[in-house]
Amino acid sequence: MSHDTLPRPTTTDKRPERQRPEGRRRSRHWTRRANPLAGLGSIIWLVIVLVPIYAMLSASLTGPDKALTGNPLKPPTDPTLDNYNTVLSSGFWHLLSNTVIVAVTVVGIVLVLCVPLAYVAVRARTRWSGAAFRLFLLGVAIPAQAVVVPLYLLIAKLDLYDSLLAVILPTAAFAMPVSVLVLTGTLRDISEDLYEAMALDGASPLRMLFQLTIPLAKGGISTVVIYAALQAWNGFLFPLIFTQSDEPRVLTLGLFNFVSQFGVNIPALLASVVLSGIPIFAVYLVARRALIGGLMGVGGK
Amino acid sequence: MSSTVTSGGGRAGKIRAGRPGAVWALPAVLFFTFFAVVPMALAFYLSFTKWDGLGDPKPVGLANWQKLLDDPRLTQSLGITVLLTVASWAFQTVVALLLGVWAAGRQRNRAVLSAIFFVPFLLSSTAISILFYALLDPNFGIIQKDTLGSSSGAFLAIVFVGGWQFIPFHTLIYQGGARQIPQVLYQAAAIDGAGRYRQFFSITLPQLRHTITTSTVLIVVGSLTYFETVLILTKGGPGTDTAILPYLMYEAGFKTYDFGYASAIASALVLAATGLSLVLIRLSGFGGMRSTREGM
Repeated sequence: MSHDTLPRPTTTDKRPERQRPEGRRRSRHWTRRANPLAGLGSIIWLVIVLVPIYAMLSASLTGPDKALTGNPLKPPTDPTLDNYNTVLSSGFWHLLSNTVIVAVTVVGIVLVLCVPLAYVAVRARTRWSGAAFRLFLLGVAIPAQAVVVPLYLLIAKLDLYDSLLAVILPTAAFAMPVSVLVLTGTLRDISEDLYEAMALDGASPLRMLFQLTIPLAKGGISTVVIYAALQAWNGFLFPLIFTQSDEPRVLTLGLFNFVSQFGVNIPALLASVVLSGIPIFAVYLVARRALIGGLMGVGGK
Repeated sequence: MSSTVTSGGGRAGKIRAGRPGAVWALPAVLFFTFFAVVPMALAFYLSFTKWDGLGDPKPVGLANWQKLLDDPRLTQSLGITVLLTVASWAFQTVVALLLGVWAAGRQRNRAVLSAIFFVPFLLSSTAISILFYALLDPNFGIIQKDTLGSSSGAFLAIVFVGGWQFIPFHTLIYQGGARQIPQVLYQAAAIDGAGRYRQFFSITLPQLRHTITTSTVLIVVGSLTYFETVLILTKGGPGTDTAILPYLMYEAGFKTYDFGYASAIASALVLAATGLSLVLIRLSGFGGMRSTREGM
Protein backbone atom coordinates (compact mmCIF):
# COMPACT_ATOMS: atom_id res chain seq x y z
CA MET A 1 0.00 0.00 0.00
CA SER A 2 2.60 2.49 0.96
CA HIS A 3 6.11 1.21 0.87
CA ASP A 4 6.54 1.26 -2.86
CA THR A 5 4.05 3.84 -3.95
CA LEU A 6 5.13 6.61 -1.63
CA PRO A 7 8.83 7.20 -1.87
CA ARG A 8 8.76 6.38 -5.52
CA PRO A 9 7.28 9.50 -7.05
CA THR A 10 10.17 11.61 -5.83
CA THR A 11 12.83 9.27 -7.19
CA THR A 12 11.39 7.78 -10.35
CA ASP A 13 9.72 10.93 -11.51
CA LYS A 14 12.86 12.94 -11.24
CA ARG A 15 15.31 10.52 -12.74
CA PRO A 16 13.91 10.50 -16.26
CA GLU A 17 13.78 14.28 -16.09
CA ARG A 18 17.48 14.45 -15.51
CA GLN A 19 18.29 11.91 -18.17
CA ARG A 20 16.11 13.42 -20.84
CA PRO A 21 16.20 17.18 -20.85
CA GLU A 22 13.71 17.21 -23.67
CA GLY A 23 11.17 15.33 -21.59
CA ARG A 24 11.72 17.74 -18.76
CA ARG A 25 10.95 20.74 -20.89
CA ARG A 26 7.81 19.06 -22.03
CA SER A 27 6.64 18.11 -18.56
CA ARG A 28 7.36 21.64 -17.42
CA HIS A 29 4.89 22.78 -19.98
CA TRP A 30 2.15 20.73 -18.39
CA THR A 31 2.83 20.86 -14.67
CA ARG A 32 4.95 23.90 -14.05
CA ARG A 33 2.77 26.59 -15.53
CA ALA A 34 1.88 29.25 -13.00
CA ASN A 35 -1.72 29.12 -11.88
CA PRO A 36 -2.64 32.52 -10.46
CA LEU A 37 -6.02 31.45 -9.06
CA ALA A 38 -4.53 28.47 -7.22
CA GLY A 39 -1.65 30.65 -6.07
CA LEU A 40 -4.12 33.11 -4.57
CA GLY A 41 -6.04 30.29 -2.86
CA SER A 42 -2.87 28.90 -1.36
CA ILE A 43 -1.93 32.33 0.02
CA ILE A 44 -5.36 32.63 1.62
CA TRP A 45 -4.94 29.23 3.27
CA LEU A 46 -1.44 30.21 4.37
CA VAL A 47 -2.95 33.19 6.21
CA ILE A 48 -5.62 30.96 7.79
CA VAL A 49 -2.91 28.57 8.99
CA LEU A 50 -0.42 31.15 10.18
CA VAL A 51 -2.59 33.76 11.92
CA PRO A 52 -3.73 31.46 14.77
CA ILE A 53 -0.20 30.09 15.18
CA TYR A 54 1.27 33.57 15.25
CA ALA A 55 -1.38 34.80 17.69
CA MET A 56 -0.68 31.82 19.93
CA LEU A 57 3.09 32.37 19.96
CA SER A 58 2.78 36.09 20.46
CA ALA A 59 0.20 35.81 23.25
CA SER A 60 2.22 33.12 25.03
CA LEU A 61 5.05 35.68 25.35
CA THR A 62 2.81 38.38 26.80
CA GLY A 63 2.71 39.17 30.51
CA PRO A 64 -0.63 38.34 32.19
CA ASP A 65 -1.34 41.98 33.03
CA LYS A 66 -1.23 43.01 29.36
CA ALA A 67 -3.10 40.00 28.01
CA LEU A 68 -6.61 41.37 28.29
CA THR A 69 -5.88 44.85 27.04
CA GLY A 70 -3.87 44.22 23.88
CA ASN A 71 -4.86 42.82 20.53
CA PRO A 72 -3.34 39.33 20.18
CA LEU A 73 -2.27 40.17 16.62
CA LYS A 74 0.09 42.90 17.85
CA PRO A 75 3.56 41.67 18.75
CA PRO A 76 4.13 41.73 22.54
CA THR A 77 5.79 44.96 23.69
CA ASP A 78 8.07 43.35 26.25
CA PRO A 79 8.14 39.58 25.65
CA THR A 80 8.57 37.34 28.67
CA LEU A 81 9.09 33.62 29.20
CA ASP A 82 7.21 33.70 32.52
CA ASN A 83 4.24 31.83 31.07
CA TYR A 84 6.48 28.99 29.97
CA ASN A 85 8.03 28.82 33.42
CA THR A 86 4.55 28.69 34.94
CA VAL A 87 3.61 25.73 32.74
CA LEU A 88 6.89 23.90 33.23
CA SER A 89 6.55 24.19 37.01
CA SER A 90 2.95 22.92 36.88
CA GLY A 91 3.95 19.32 36.22
CA PHE A 92 4.45 19.56 32.48
CA TRP A 93 7.36 17.09 32.40
CA HIS A 94 5.35 14.52 34.29
CA LEU A 95 2.47 14.83 31.80
CA LEU A 96 4.86 14.56 28.87
CA SER A 97 6.63 11.48 30.19
CA ASN A 98 3.26 9.77 30.84
CA THR A 99 2.20 10.47 27.26
CA VAL A 100 5.49 9.13 25.90
CA ILE A 101 5.09 5.94 27.98
CA VAL A 102 1.53 5.50 26.69
CA ALA A 103 2.54 6.11 23.07
CA VAL A 104 5.51 3.71 23.13
CA THR A 105 3.53 0.94 24.85
CA VAL A 106 0.55 1.35 22.53
CA VAL A 107 2.80 1.13 19.45
CA GLY A 108 4.48 -1.98 20.88
CA ILE A 109 1.19 -3.75 21.63
CA VAL A 110 -0.30 -2.86 18.25
CA LEU A 111 2.74 -4.15 16.33
CA VAL A 112 3.11 -7.37 18.33
CA LEU A 113 -0.57 -8.21 17.88
CA CYS A 114 -1.35 -6.87 14.40
CA VAL A 115 1.65 -8.01 12.37
CA PRO A 116 1.00 -11.75 13.01
CA LEU A 117 -2.71 -11.19 12.46
CA ALA A 118 -2.18 -9.49 9.10
CA TYR A 119 0.36 -12.16 8.16
CA VAL A 120 -2.20 -14.87 8.88
CA ALA A 121 -5.03 -13.00 7.17
CA VAL A 122 -2.99 -12.74 3.97
CA ARG A 123 -1.13 -16.07 4.11
CA ALA A 124 -3.22 -18.66 5.93
CA ARG A 125 -6.35 -18.57 3.77
CA THR A 126 -8.43 -20.58 6.18
CA ARG A 127 -11.98 -19.81 7.20
CA TRP A 128 -10.82 -18.68 10.63
CA SER A 129 -8.20 -16.25 9.38
CA GLY A 130 -10.76 -14.66 7.08
CA ALA A 131 -13.19 -14.32 9.98
CA ALA A 132 -10.48 -12.72 12.10
CA PHE A 133 -9.81 -10.17 9.37
CA ARG A 134 -13.50 -9.34 8.99
CA LEU A 135 -13.78 -8.80 12.75
CA PHE A 136 -11.31 -5.93 12.44
CA LEU A 137 -12.93 -4.65 9.28
CA LEU A 138 -16.16 -4.23 11.21
CA GLY A 139 -14.19 -2.91 14.17
CA VAL A 140 -13.40 0.22 12.18
CA ALA A 141 -17.03 1.15 12.75
CA ILE A 142 -16.94 1.00 16.55
CA PRO A 143 -16.49 4.56 17.79
CA ALA A 144 -14.52 4.70 21.04
CA GLN A 145 -17.22 6.98 22.47
CA ALA A 146 -19.80 4.23 22.14
CA VAL A 147 -18.02 1.83 24.49
CA VAL A 148 -16.66 4.07 27.25
CA VAL A 149 -19.45 3.22 29.70
CA PRO A 150 -18.95 -0.58 29.57
CA LEU A 151 -15.18 -0.11 29.36
CA TYR A 152 -15.38 1.96 32.51
CA LEU A 153 -17.11 -1.00 34.17
CA LEU A 154 -14.51 -3.41 32.81
CA ILE A 155 -11.57 -1.26 33.85
CA ALA A 156 -13.02 -0.87 37.33
CA LYS A 157 -13.54 -4.65 37.67
CA LEU A 158 -9.95 -5.28 36.53
CA ASP A 159 -8.79 -2.87 39.22
CA LEU A 160 -7.06 -0.75 36.59
CA TYR A 161 -9.01 2.48 37.17
CA ASP A 162 -6.76 5.55 37.49
CA SER A 163 -3.64 3.85 36.09
CA LEU A 164 -1.68 4.27 32.87
CA LEU A 165 -2.73 0.75 31.81
CA ALA A 166 -6.35 1.92 31.88
CA VAL A 167 -5.40 4.33 29.08
CA ILE A 168 -2.93 2.07 27.26
CA LEU A 169 -5.03 -1.09 26.79
CA PRO A 170 -8.19 0.45 25.24
CA THR A 171 -6.15 2.91 23.17
CA ALA A 172 -4.19 0.00 21.69
CA ALA A 173 -7.39 -1.96 21.01
CA PHE A 174 -8.96 0.95 19.15
CA ALA A 175 -5.83 1.59 17.08
CA MET A 176 -5.92 -2.00 15.85
CA PRO A 177 -8.61 -1.99 13.11
CA VAL A 178 -6.96 0.66 10.92
CA SER A 179 -3.52 -0.87 11.63
CA VAL A 180 -4.78 -4.26 10.45
CA LEU A 181 -6.20 -2.73 7.28
CA VAL A 182 -2.96 -0.90 6.50
CA LEU A 183 -0.82 -3.97 7.22
CA THR A 184 -2.91 -6.43 5.21
CA GLY A 185 -2.85 -3.93 2.34
CA THR A 186 0.96 -3.88 2.44
CA LEU A 187 1.37 -7.62 2.95
CA ARG A 188 -0.87 -8.43 -0.01
CA ASP A 189 1.61 -6.69 -2.28
CA ILE A 190 4.41 -9.13 -1.38
CA SER A 191 4.74 -11.56 -4.22
CA GLU A 192 3.63 -15.15 -3.75
CA ASP A 193 6.77 -16.31 -5.62
CA LEU A 194 9.02 -15.08 -2.82
CA TYR A 195 7.12 -17.19 -0.31
CA GLU A 196 7.21 -20.17 -2.61
CA ALA A 197 10.96 -19.83 -3.01
CA MET A 198 11.41 -19.76 0.75
CA ALA A 199 9.04 -22.70 1.20
CA LEU A 200 11.14 -24.73 -1.23
CA ASP A 201 14.12 -24.02 1.02
CA GLY A 202 12.08 -25.49 3.84
CA ALA A 203 11.62 -22.23 5.71
CA SER A 204 9.11 -22.25 8.56
CA PRO A 205 6.29 -19.67 8.58
CA LEU A 206 8.02 -17.95 11.49
CA ARG A 207 11.25 -17.57 9.53
CA MET A 208 9.33 -16.25 6.52
CA LEU A 209 7.66 -13.68 8.77
CA PHE A 210 10.96 -12.34 10.09
CA GLN A 211 13.16 -12.71 7.01
CA LEU A 212 10.71 -11.90 4.23
CA THR A 213 7.44 -10.34 5.35
CA ILE A 214 8.62 -7.85 7.95
CA PRO A 215 11.57 -6.50 5.91
CA LEU A 216 9.32 -6.04 2.86
CA ALA A 217 6.50 -4.49 4.89
CA LYS A 218 8.59 -1.68 6.37
CA GLY A 219 6.44 1.00 4.72
CA GLY A 220 3.21 -0.36 6.16
CA ILE A 221 4.81 -0.94 9.53
CA SER A 222 6.09 2.61 9.75
CA THR A 223 2.62 3.85 8.81
CA VAL A 224 1.18 1.82 11.68
CA VAL A 225 3.82 3.11 14.09
CA ILE A 226 2.98 6.71 13.22
CA TYR A 227 -0.77 6.12 13.24
CA ALA A 228 -0.78 4.30 16.60
CA ALA A 229 1.57 6.83 18.17
CA LEU A 230 -0.66 9.69 17.02
CA GLN A 231 -3.75 7.95 18.41
CA ALA A 232 -2.01 7.66 21.76
CA TRP A 233 -0.66 11.21 21.57
CA ASN A 234 -4.08 12.68 20.73
CA GLY A 235 -6.14 10.42 22.95
CA PHE A 236 -8.43 12.38 25.24
CA LEU A 237 -11.61 10.46 26.00
CA PHE A 238 -10.02 7.39 27.63
CA PRO A 239 -7.72 9.42 29.92
CA LEU A 240 -10.66 11.72 30.78
CA ILE A 241 -12.86 8.86 31.91
CA PHE A 242 -10.43 6.21 33.14
CA THR A 243 -8.03 8.36 35.14
CA GLN A 244 -8.51 10.88 37.88
CA SER A 245 -5.38 11.65 39.92
CA ASP A 246 -2.17 13.48 38.99
CA GLU A 247 -0.11 10.32 38.84
CA PRO A 248 -1.38 8.76 35.55
CA ARG A 249 -2.41 12.04 33.92
CA VAL A 250 -1.37 12.40 30.28
CA LEU A 251 -0.63 15.57 28.32
CA THR A 252 -4.02 16.06 26.63
CA LEU A 253 -5.89 15.74 29.91
CA GLY A 254 -3.31 17.97 31.60
CA LEU A 255 -3.95 20.67 28.97
CA PHE A 256 -7.68 20.32 29.59
CA ASN A 257 -7.14 20.78 33.33
CA PHE A 258 -4.98 23.86 32.69
CA VAL A 259 -8.10 25.52 31.22
CA SER A 260 -9.68 25.70 34.67
CA GLN A 261 -6.37 25.90 36.57
CA PHE A 262 -5.05 28.94 34.68
CA GLY A 263 -8.51 30.48 34.32
CA VAL A 264 -8.17 33.95 32.82
CA ASN A 265 -4.41 33.53 32.45
CA ILE A 266 -4.82 32.81 28.76
CA PRO A 267 -1.14 33.49 27.90
CA ALA A 268 -0.08 30.66 30.23
CA LEU A 269 -2.74 28.42 28.72
CA LEU A 270 -1.42 29.15 25.23
CA ALA A 271 2.14 28.57 26.42
CA SER A 272 1.03 25.09 27.50
CA VAL A 273 -0.43 24.49 24.02
CA VAL A 274 2.86 25.58 22.41
CA LEU A 275 4.88 23.33 24.73
CA SER A 276 2.62 20.37 24.01
CA GLY A 277 3.29 20.78 20.29
CA ILE A 278 7.07 21.06 20.50
CA PRO A 279 7.91 17.32 20.78
CA ILE A 280 5.99 16.38 17.62
CA PHE A 281 7.22 19.51 15.87
CA ALA A 282 10.78 18.36 16.63
CA VAL A 283 10.00 14.94 15.14
CA TYR A 284 8.55 16.71 12.10
CA LEU A 285 11.72 18.77 11.61
CA VAL A 286 14.00 15.75 11.93
CA ALA A 287 11.96 13.14 10.09
CA ARG A 288 9.50 15.03 7.91
CA ARG A 289 9.83 12.65 5.00
CA ALA A 290 9.19 9.54 7.09
CA LEU A 291 6.27 11.15 8.91
CA ILE A 292 4.63 12.41 5.72
CA GLY A 293 5.22 9.12 3.91
CA GLY A 294 3.82 7.14 6.81
CA LEU A 295 0.72 9.30 7.05
CA MET A 296 0.09 9.07 3.32
CA GLY A 297 -0.02 5.32 3.95
CA VAL A 298 -3.06 5.74 6.24
CA GLY A 299 -4.87 7.17 3.25
CA GLY A 300 -3.78 4.27 1.10
CA LYS A 301 -3.81 4.70 -2.61
CA MET B 1 1.86 -24.15 15.85
CA SER B 2 0.45 -25.84 12.82
CA SER B 3 2.16 -25.12 9.57
CA THR B 4 -0.19 -26.98 7.29
CA VAL B 5 -3.45 -25.81 5.88
CA THR B 6 -6.42 -28.07 5.67
CA SER B 7 -8.36 -26.04 3.21
CA GLY B 8 -7.43 -23.50 0.59
CA GLY B 9 -8.40 -23.60 -3.01
CA GLY B 10 -6.82 -22.57 -6.27
CA ARG B 11 -3.31 -21.21 -6.24
CA ALA B 12 -3.13 -21.42 -2.48
CA GLY B 13 -3.53 -25.16 -2.56
CA LYS B 14 -0.37 -25.64 -4.56
CA ILE B 15 2.01 -25.20 -1.70
CA ARG B 16 0.77 -26.44 1.60
CA ALA B 17 3.91 -26.11 3.65
CA GLY B 18 5.06 -22.77 4.99
CA ARG B 19 1.67 -21.31 5.76
CA PRO B 20 1.01 -20.01 9.25
CA GLY B 21 -1.85 -21.41 11.29
CA ALA B 22 -4.82 -19.24 12.15
CA VAL B 23 -3.71 -19.57 15.80
CA TRP B 24 -1.29 -16.70 15.20
CA ALA B 25 -4.22 -14.36 14.92
CA LEU B 26 -5.61 -15.42 18.27
CA PRO B 27 -3.82 -12.94 20.58
CA ALA B 28 -4.98 -9.98 18.47
CA VAL B 29 -8.52 -11.33 18.20
CA LEU B 30 -8.79 -12.00 21.94
CA PHE B 31 -7.36 -8.60 22.87
CA PHE B 32 -9.64 -6.73 20.49
CA THR B 33 -12.65 -8.80 21.49
CA PHE B 34 -12.04 -8.13 25.16
CA PHE B 35 -11.53 -4.37 24.88
CA ALA B 36 -13.85 -3.49 22.00
CA VAL B 37 -16.34 -6.21 21.05
CA VAL B 38 -17.32 -7.30 24.57
CA PRO B 39 -17.80 -3.68 25.70
CA MET B 40 -20.00 -3.08 22.69
CA ALA B 41 -22.16 -6.06 23.62
CA LEU B 42 -22.16 -4.85 27.23
CA ALA B 43 -23.38 -1.45 26.06
CA PHE B 44 -26.42 -3.13 24.53
CA TYR B 45 -27.00 -5.07 27.73
CA LEU B 46 -26.62 -1.98 29.93
CA SER B 47 -29.09 -0.08 27.75
CA PHE B 48 -31.80 -2.33 29.23
CA THR B 49 -30.75 -1.61 32.81
CA LYS B 50 -30.65 1.17 35.34
CA TRP B 51 -27.20 1.72 36.80
CA ASP B 52 -25.57 4.66 38.55
CA GLY B 53 -22.04 3.23 38.60
CA LEU B 54 -22.36 1.85 42.12
CA GLY B 55 -23.85 -1.52 42.98
CA ASP B 56 -25.25 -3.75 40.27
CA PRO B 57 -27.20 -2.76 37.14
CA LYS B 58 -30.96 -3.41 37.53
CA PRO B 59 -32.91 -4.60 34.49
CA VAL B 60 -35.58 -2.11 33.45
CA GLY B 61 -36.60 -3.45 30.06
CA LEU B 62 -37.10 -0.90 27.33
CA ALA B 63 -37.36 2.11 29.65
CA ASN B 64 -34.10 3.72 28.46
CA TRP B 65 -34.97 3.25 24.79
CA GLN B 66 -38.44 4.66 25.41
CA LYS B 67 -36.85 7.65 27.13
CA LEU B 68 -34.43 8.03 24.23
CA LEU B 69 -37.22 8.12 21.67
CA ASP B 70 -39.16 10.64 23.77
CA ASP B 71 -36.12 12.83 24.39
CA PRO B 72 -36.39 15.99 22.29
CA ARG B 73 -32.60 16.38 22.60
CA LEU B 74 -32.11 13.16 20.62
CA THR B 75 -33.73 14.44 17.44
CA GLN B 76 -31.87 17.72 17.81
CA SER B 77 -28.62 15.89 18.53
CA LEU B 78 -29.01 13.54 15.57
CA GLY B 79 -29.68 16.52 13.33
CA ILE B 80 -26.59 18.37 14.60
CA THR B 81 -24.42 15.26 14.25
CA VAL B 82 -25.49 14.76 10.62
CA LEU B 83 -25.19 18.47 9.84
CA LEU B 84 -21.74 18.64 11.42
CA THR B 85 -20.60 15.60 9.43
CA VAL B 86 -21.89 16.98 6.14
CA ALA B 87 -20.49 20.49 6.73
CA SER B 88 -17.10 19.10 7.81
CA TRP B 89 -17.01 16.82 4.80
CA ALA B 90 -17.81 19.64 2.38
CA PHE B 91 -15.32 22.09 3.94
CA GLN B 92 -12.46 19.62 4.31
CA THR B 93 -12.95 17.90 0.96
CA VAL B 94 -13.11 21.07 -1.12
CA VAL B 95 -10.11 22.73 0.52
CA ALA B 96 -7.99 19.59 0.81
CA LEU B 97 -8.71 18.48 -2.75
CA LEU B 98 -7.74 21.84 -4.22
CA LEU B 99 -4.67 22.24 -1.99
CA GLY B 100 -3.63 18.63 -2.55
CA VAL B 101 -3.78 18.86 -6.34
CA TRP B 102 -1.93 22.17 -6.17
CA ALA B 103 0.70 20.76 -3.83
CA ALA B 104 1.25 17.80 -6.15
CA GLY B 105 3.15 20.13 -8.48
CA ARG B 106 6.86 19.98 -7.87
CA GLN B 107 7.66 23.69 -7.72
CA ARG B 108 9.90 24.79 -4.88
CA ASN B 109 7.40 27.31 -3.46
CA ARG B 110 4.69 24.65 -3.39
CA ALA B 111 6.95 22.30 -1.42
CA VAL B 112 7.75 25.03 1.10
CA LEU B 113 4.11 26.05 1.55
CA SER B 114 3.02 22.40 1.85
CA ALA B 115 5.49 21.94 4.70
CA ILE B 116 3.94 24.94 6.49
CA PHE B 117 0.36 23.83 5.76
CA PHE B 118 1.05 20.62 7.63
CA VAL B 119 1.94 22.27 10.93
CA PRO B 120 -1.60 22.40 12.48
CA PHE B 121 -1.83 18.62 12.25
CA LEU B 122 1.12 18.35 14.64
CA LEU B 123 -1.00 19.66 17.51
CA SER B 124 -3.42 17.34 19.32
CA SER B 125 -7.11 18.10 18.91
CA THR B 126 -7.21 19.01 22.59
CA ALA B 127 -4.44 21.57 22.05
CA ILE B 128 -6.15 22.97 18.95
CA SER B 129 -9.50 23.23 20.73
CA ILE B 130 -7.85 25.12 23.59
CA LEU B 131 -6.05 27.39 21.13
CA PHE B 132 -9.32 28.40 19.48
CA TYR B 133 -11.11 28.57 22.80
CA ALA B 134 -8.58 31.25 23.69
CA LEU B 135 -8.59 32.98 20.30
CA LEU B 136 -12.40 33.11 20.24
CA ASP B 137 -12.60 34.46 23.78
CA PRO B 138 -14.65 37.66 23.45
CA ASN B 139 -12.34 39.62 25.77
CA PHE B 140 -9.01 38.27 24.66
CA GLY B 141 -9.45 36.94 21.18
CA ILE B 142 -8.96 38.04 17.61
CA ILE B 143 -12.66 38.51 16.95
CA GLN B 144 -13.93 40.78 19.70
CA LYS B 145 -17.34 39.18 19.54
CA ASP B 146 -19.00 36.34 21.40
CA THR B 147 -18.73 33.87 18.53
CA LEU B 148 -19.34 30.82 20.68
CA GLY B 149 -22.38 32.45 22.30
CA SER B 150 -24.56 32.15 19.20
CA SER B 151 -25.62 28.74 17.98
CA SER B 152 -24.62 29.31 14.35
CA GLY B 153 -21.31 30.84 15.46
CA ALA B 154 -20.59 27.89 17.75
CA PHE B 155 -21.48 25.39 15.02
CA LEU B 156 -19.31 27.12 12.42
CA ALA B 157 -16.46 27.36 14.93
CA ILE B 158 -16.54 23.58 15.44
CA VAL B 159 -16.56 22.96 11.68
CA PHE B 160 -13.71 25.43 11.18
CA VAL B 161 -11.57 24.09 14.01
CA GLY B 162 -12.05 20.51 12.80
CA GLY B 163 -11.05 21.60 9.30
CA TRP B 164 -8.06 23.56 10.54
CA GLN B 165 -6.76 20.42 12.20
CA PHE B 166 -7.59 17.77 9.61
CA ILE B 167 -7.29 19.55 6.24
CA PRO B 168 -3.47 19.15 6.34
CA PHE B 169 -3.87 15.40 6.60
CA HIS B 170 -6.41 15.15 3.78
CA THR B 171 -4.33 17.50 1.63
CA LEU B 172 -1.53 14.99 2.02
CA ILE B 173 -3.77 12.14 0.86
CA TYR B 174 -4.89 14.11 -2.20
CA GLN B 175 -1.33 15.17 -2.94
CA GLY B 176 -0.29 11.51 -2.96
CA GLY B 177 -3.28 10.62 -5.12
CA ALA B 178 -2.71 13.41 -7.64
CA ARG B 179 0.94 12.46 -8.07
CA GLN B 180 -0.10 9.00 -9.21
CA ILE B 181 -2.18 10.30 -12.10
CA PRO B 182 -0.21 9.49 -15.28
CA GLN B 183 1.14 12.69 -16.86
CA VAL B 184 0.40 11.29 -20.28
CA LEU B 185 -3.32 11.84 -19.69
CA TYR B 186 -2.73 15.57 -19.31
CA GLN B 187 -0.47 15.67 -22.33
CA ALA B 188 -3.10 13.95 -24.43
CA ALA B 189 -5.80 16.30 -23.16
CA ALA B 190 -3.70 19.36 -23.91
CA ILE B 191 -3.07 18.14 -27.44
CA ASP B 192 -6.84 17.84 -27.77
CA GLY B 193 -7.05 21.47 -26.69
CA ALA B 194 -8.47 20.98 -23.21
CA GLY B 195 -7.77 23.91 -20.91
CA ARG B 196 -6.65 23.78 -17.32
CA TYR B 197 -10.16 23.69 -15.80
CA ARG B 198 -11.43 21.19 -18.33
CA GLN B 199 -8.44 18.99 -17.46
CA PHE B 200 -9.23 19.31 -13.74
CA PHE B 201 -12.82 18.18 -14.15
CA SER B 202 -12.24 15.59 -16.88
CA ILE B 203 -8.98 14.01 -15.69
CA THR B 204 -7.99 14.98 -12.16
CA LEU B 205 -11.38 14.50 -10.46
CA PRO B 206 -12.26 11.15 -12.07
CA GLN B 207 -8.73 9.84 -11.48
CA LEU B 208 -8.96 10.79 -7.81
CA ARG B 209 -12.23 8.97 -7.13
CA HIS B 210 -10.65 6.29 -4.94
CA THR B 211 -8.77 8.92 -2.99
CA ILE B 212 -11.99 10.86 -2.52
CA THR B 213 -13.72 7.75 -1.13
CA THR B 214 -10.89 7.00 1.28
CA SER B 215 -10.73 10.57 2.50
CA THR B 216 -14.53 10.66 2.85
CA VAL B 217 -14.56 7.50 4.99
CA LEU B 218 -11.94 9.01 7.27
CA ILE B 219 -13.78 12.35 7.56
CA VAL B 220 -17.15 10.76 8.27
CA VAL B 221 -15.80 8.32 10.86
CA GLY B 222 -13.62 11.11 12.27
CA SER B 223 -16.43 13.60 12.71
CA LEU B 224 -17.82 11.28 15.38
CA THR B 225 -14.68 11.94 17.39
CA TYR B 226 -15.14 15.70 17.54
CA PHE B 227 -15.99 15.06 21.17
CA GLU B 228 -13.13 17.02 22.72
CA THR B 229 -13.61 19.93 20.34
CA VAL B 230 -17.24 20.21 21.44
CA LEU B 231 -16.41 19.67 25.12
CA ILE B 232 -13.70 22.34 25.18
CA LEU B 233 -15.12 24.92 22.76
CA THR B 234 -18.84 24.93 23.52
CA LYS B 235 -19.73 22.29 26.15
CA GLY B 236 -22.57 21.44 23.81
CA GLY B 237 -23.87 25.00 23.98
CA PRO B 238 -25.28 27.51 23.70
CA GLY B 239 -28.03 25.52 25.39
CA THR B 240 -27.84 22.14 23.70
CA ASP B 241 -27.33 23.57 20.22
CA THR B 242 -24.00 21.83 19.51
CA ALA B 243 -24.57 18.70 21.65
CA ILE B 244 -23.62 15.97 19.16
CA LEU B 245 -24.46 12.34 20.06
CA PRO B 246 -21.14 11.49 21.78
CA TYR B 247 -21.46 14.60 23.90
CA LEU B 248 -25.04 13.76 24.85
CA MET B 249 -23.83 10.30 25.86
CA TYR B 250 -21.00 11.76 27.91
CA GLU B 251 -23.35 14.06 29.81
CA ALA B 252 -25.87 11.31 30.53
CA GLY B 253 -23.15 8.95 31.71
CA PHE B 254 -20.50 10.98 33.44
CA LYS B 255 -22.40 14.11 34.49
CA THR B 256 -25.72 12.68 35.65
CA TYR B 257 -24.49 9.08 36.22
CA ASP B 258 -27.38 7.55 34.31
CA PHE B 259 -25.25 4.81 32.74
CA GLY B 260 -28.25 2.86 31.47
CA TYR B 261 -29.49 5.82 29.46
CA ALA B 262 -25.95 6.65 28.31
CA SER B 263 -25.64 3.08 27.04
CA ALA B 264 -28.85 3.41 25.06
CA ILE B 265 -27.41 6.51 23.33
CA ALA B 266 -24.10 4.67 22.81
CA SER B 267 -25.92 1.71 21.27
CA ALA B 268 -27.77 4.02 18.91
CA LEU B 269 -24.39 5.53 17.97
CA VAL B 270 -22.93 2.07 17.26
CA LEU B 271 -25.90 1.17 15.08
CA ALA B 272 -25.61 4.40 13.10
CA ALA B 273 -21.83 4.13 12.75
CA THR B 274 -21.92 0.47 11.72
CA GLY B 275 -24.57 1.07 9.09
CA LEU B 276 -22.67 4.03 7.72
CA SER B 277 -19.32 2.23 7.71
CA LEU B 278 -20.74 -0.83 5.96
CA VAL B 279 -21.95 1.42 3.15
CA LEU B 280 -18.67 3.33 3.00
CA ILE B 281 -16.48 0.20 3.21
CA ARG B 282 -18.39 -1.32 0.34
CA LEU B 283 -17.88 1.87 -1.66
CA SER B 284 -14.19 2.11 -0.86
CA GLY B 285 -13.30 -1.52 -1.53
CA PHE B 286 -11.35 -1.80 1.73
CA GLY B 287 -12.72 -5.31 2.11
CA GLY B 288 -11.14 -6.65 -1.06
CA MET B 289 -8.49 -9.30 -0.58
CA ARG B 290 -6.66 -8.56 -3.81
CA SER B 291 -3.47 -6.62 -4.18
CA THR B 292 -3.93 -2.94 -4.87
CA ARG B 293 -1.41 -3.31 -7.65
CA GLU B 294 -3.31 -5.91 -9.60
CA GLY B 295 -4.03 -4.77 -13.10
CA MET B 296 -1.24 -2.23 -13.11
